[in-house]
Order: sequence, then structure tokens, then C-alpha cells
Amino acid sequence: MPDVLAAESTIGNPAINISIFGAFVLVTLAITFKASRNNKSAADYYAAGRTITGQQNGLAIAGDYLSAASFLGIAGAIAVYGYDGFLYSIGFLVAWLVALLLVAELMRNTARFTMADVLAFRMRQGPVRTAAAISTLAVSLFYLLAQMAGAGGLVALLLGVEGDLAEALVVTLVGALMIFYVLVGGMRGTTWVQIIKASLLIAGALVMTVWVLGKYGFNLSALLGGAIESGGQAVAEPGAQYGLNDTTKLDFVSLGLALVLGTAGLPHVLMRFYTVPTSKEARTSVVWAIWLIGIFYLFSLVIGYGAGALVGAERILAAPGAVNAAAPLLAFELGGTVLLGIIAGVAFATILAVVAGLTITASASFAHDVYASVIKKGNVPPNGEVRVARITAVVVGAISIGLGILALQAGLNIAFLVALAFAVAASANLPTILYTLFWKKFTTQGALWSIYGGLIICIGLIIFSPVVSGAETAMFPTADFAWFPLRNPGLVSIPASFLLGYLGTVLTKEKPNEAKWAELEVRAFTGIGAEKAVNH
Amino acid sequence: MTEPTERRLLSPEEYRAAQDSPEFVELKKRFRSFAFPMTVAFLVWYLLYVLLSTYAVDFMSTQVFGNVNVGILFGLLQFVTTFVITHLYVAHANKRTDPIADEMRTRLEAHEFASDTVAGTDHTQGSTRA
Repeated sequence: MPDVLAAESTIGNPAINISIFGAFVLVTLAITFKASRNNKSAADYYAAGRTITGQQNGLAIAGDYLSAASFLGIAGAIAVYGYDGFLYSIGFLVAWLVALLLVAELMRNTARFTMADVLAFRMRQGPVRTAAAISTLAVSLFYLLAQMAGAGGLVALLLGVEGDLAEALVVTLVGALMIFYVLVGGMRGTTWVQIIKASLLIAGALVMTVWVLGKYGFNLSALLGGAIESGGQAVAEPGAQYGLNDTTKLDFVSLGLALVLGTAGLPHVLMRFYTVPTSKEARTSVVWAIWLIGIFYLFSLVIGYGAGALVGAERILAAPGAVNAAAPLLAFELGGTVLLGIIAGVAFATILAVVAGLTITASASFAHDVYASVIKKGNVPPNGEVRVARITAVVVGAISIGLGILALQAGLNIAFLVALAFAVAASANLPTILYTLFWKKFTTQGALWSIYGGLIICIGLIIFSPVVSGAETAMFPTADFAWFPLRNPGLVSIPASFLLGYLGTVLTKEKPNEAKWAELEVRAFTGIGAEKAVNH
Repeated sequence: MTEPTERRLLSPEEYRAAQDSPEFVELKKRFRSFAFPMTVAFLVWYLLYVLLSTYAVDFMSTQVFGNVNVGILFGLLQFVTTFVITHLYVAHANKRTDPIADEMRTRLEAHEFASDTVAGTDHTQGSTRA
């Protein structure tokens, strides 16, 4: 094996990487076609006819949640920064308890297709649906941007194409495939893409984990020793990334808060709960998701420290893709071009599956909440809604291709974009979801203040943070209008949104709709009137 | 249960009656008495971990065995507690809340909470049809 790492800026054999990825695309396309035969009604298109089982949905949730940022980003952060990278995965995992205990089953019982179904349930439909749809689109778009930019970045590393044009072409290809999955397969096709991807990803991570542990006699302490030897004592201790000064420390607390409260407010995660037939299956799916995601993050701890020990931070940071290159480089180190090809193929599959899930969520929210409920006031011809959803999917896909290319060329950080999506979800969505489900007095004004307030404060603080200006790594390094010191706004925007929801409610003469509150509570807790599975 | 009349939606009065019923109050109590304190507990434990990692670096760097220190041990413990709480919640739901919810759903489907039947239960399903 010649030293490809030194000779080229790519690693491994692009032909192998491409063919493994191509095989994944072919298999998933075939399944998508097969799935499309059963797509007749809106429930089929948005919610896979509610016929997905709990276990299948658990795998699909893992497939939806374990994005390129969690796979490549977390392993890379652990490889380079050690302990501080580990903290990310814990926030991402513990967050699922919020979804399990407070949100999943109650949402499944009361909604039809979207998050707004629940938020607008006992409020004035028009304004609350519109607000919920706007925040759904905002979160989904930030998340989509991150994935698209990630896809382009990965390509430089794995497929051996370089230059702005080639990267833009790859983003376009990913976008086109994603639109195809969503248009043809709907939620059923998307679900199967996610199930296959999650299985491949977890299997690939398992192989690497066992391999790395095998090299260290299945002894965690020895593995840590290897990482310390290569990266210094700091990798085993907190603070390598965030311990710099008081601001970075506070920033870390802010990020931690956004991570743990963001998951249960992510619209594409919530939408997965509607694909199962009952709330008990929704519970089963979250339980499976927690186990799968938790085990995967334990794998990425080993993979991350393994990459730190066997590849070393210097080589990782020098590779194209920098931190994100840790897992692929480790795969190459362990199993040569074949294992690298598999991991690279899986990484692409990961991006495809996540973007498909996001696109269907964004298009469902627009078609179901904005078009059918607000613009047409419910008077939509049969299948009119799905037709609009399909058109929206193409538009959302086209927009995210365009913005993805821009984000890639602006060099936006993927992990930052994902953290941003979590911060917006935790600020704009979660407070309203919890108030709606558990607070009798909550009103339309409270919901609007909380959603719009959370959204505006969150995005506003980001605009005036060092992420956008006033720092070397900022989007506009030459300008300086950053008066907000933290890179992640969660510490301020999440409590502010809870407070606004409370103030909006107590500062209005509007009476809560008690009849609708009774209906919501009884439906949420008993499952009466919940949407049933579609029989074909 | 295939007669179309059995599928009519519940009236607002039925939802009110169901909401006010003692078994629903008990169902909510059982749900909240687990979910709320547990949510507070795992959030406090998680934030404690984040704060210790940020502001008590020396403590978290204390070696426990080999190269494994308090921070890594606490981090792994976060995984353990997440799995344990997941298991406890499922057990609680299966044993404490599901039976009430299932029973109430059956009775709601039979319209047993309709206003003319709240006082008595000596009716058949058919008598509650509107």
C-alpha cells in the first residue's frame, strides 16, 4: 500500500468508496419504488400509513438522529479534544429522556401529521399554526444546511474530487437523490432509507469499536493511555476545548442546555412518532432509539479515542475535512481501503437519510399547516395537500441545494449549524410543546410570544455573537458587531422563551378554551380518537 | 365494533365528563408523579455533570483506576442512568398508567361518559348513540 495520505489529499480508493455508496443508493432506490406502491392518502405520504412497528421506528429514529455531525463530528471532537467531545454525545443522549417521559406518547395521541397539530390544538388555528410552521421550517433549514455542507466537505476527503465546482455538483447530486426519495417514497420510502442506514452505521461502528478495543486488550484504561500518550494528559480531562476562559466555560454550559432540551423540539424527530400505529408503539420506538443511540455514542467514544491514539490529532487536523476526518482516517488505519470504503459509503448514506427526513418534515409542515389549514382553511380537494407537499419538497430541496453550496463555500462549521438547529428547537418549540400539554391556562398569545420570541431572540443573539462577526473564525471576520459574547444562545434564549410563554398567557384577557383543553388532555392520556393505522 | 354509528366522535361534554372523572384524575396523578420528579432529577444530574466538567476540572480529573478519572466515570454513569430511567419509565407505564388509560379508552369508545349516562352504568353501548 503506497502512502496515499501523503501522495494525495484524499484517502483510500475513490472507486471503492463510490461503488459502496452507489450500491446503497441502488438498494434504497429499489425499496423506495416498492414502498411507493402503497402511497395513496396523506397518511401514507406523511406518516407511512402509521404502519411502522416500534422497533422499526426506533431504528429509523436512530437513522434520522445520528447525522454526519454525530458520526464524524463527535468521533472527531473526541479524537482531537478528548473529554470535551465526549460531553456532546451525553447531551444528545440524555435529551431523549425529555422526549420519552414528556412528549412522544402524548404527541402521538393528539396529532395527525405535524408538530403544529398539537400546538394549535386548543389555540386560534391560523396564527399558532403559522408560527409553528415557521419555526419548523427554520429548524429544518438550519439542519439541512449543515447536512448539505457536510456532504460537500466529505466529498473532498473521500471521493477525490476537489474544487468549488465539483463540491457544488456533489451537493446537487445529494439534493436530487433526496428529492427523489421524498417524492416517490414519501414517509414510507424515507423510513426504509433511514432503517437501512442506521443498521449499516451501527454495524460499521461496531466493527471499528471491537477492532480498536482488540488492539488495547479490551481495556478502556489502556485505550485512554494510548490516547494520552499521543495527545497528552489533557485529552482525558475536561477543558481542552472549552476551558480557555470564563466566556468559553459559560458557552459550554449554554451548549449543554441547548443539546439536552433541543431534541424533544426537533420537528423531524416529532414527526417520526406519527408513523407508528399507537402511543405504545411510540414508546417502544423511543426505547429502541435510546438504546441504539446510546450504544452508538459509546462506540464513538472508543472510535474517537482510538483515532486520537492510532492516527493522532496532528494528522487528523492536517487532513482535508480536519476534525471530521478522524473516523475515516481511523478506518483506513485499521482496515485499509475496504473498511474506509465501507465507512465512507455509510457516511454518505447517513447524509442522504437525514436530509430526506428533514425535507419531508419541512414539506409536510408547509402543505398541511400553511397551505391546507391556513390558506385553504381546510377546504382542500382529496390529494391536493399531498400534491402541494410534493411541490414543496422540490422547492425545499432546491433551496437547500442552493444554500448548501453557499454554506460550503463560506466554510460554515457543520457542528455549529447543527447546534444552532438544536438551540432554535429548544427555544422556539419545546416551551410551547410543554405548556400546551401540561398547563391548562396557556393561551394563543402565550404560544405566539414563546414561539416568535424564542425564534427571534435565538437567531438575533447568534447574529450578534462572535460566530457571525468580530472573531477570526467568524463568517464576517473583518466586521465587528458582536456584543453578545456566547457562541451558543441557549442559556439566554431558552429561559426567555419559557418566560415569554408565561407572560403572554398571564398578560391577556383571552380565556383558555376549556372544552379543547379537556379534549386534548383526555386524548393525550387515554389515546381515544388517536389516528389509526391505514389498512390497505 | 364495525357499525358506523359506533365511530362517531366524542362530544365536548363527554371529554369534560371524562376529564373530571376520578379515574382520569388518578391517571394524570400517576403520570405526573413519575414523569415530573424524574425529569427534574435527570436534568439536575446532567447539569451537575456539565457544571462539574466546566468548573471543577481538578475534581473531574482525579484518577480512579488506571487512566480512568472521575469525569469519564461520571460520563459513563450518565449513559447508565439514561438506560435505567428508560427502563423504569416503561415499567411504570406498563404497570401504573396503561391499565387505566386502556380501560378509559374502551369506555370512551362505548360512549360511557356521555352526559345521559354519567350517573348510571346500566346501559348498553347502543343506548348512547346520538
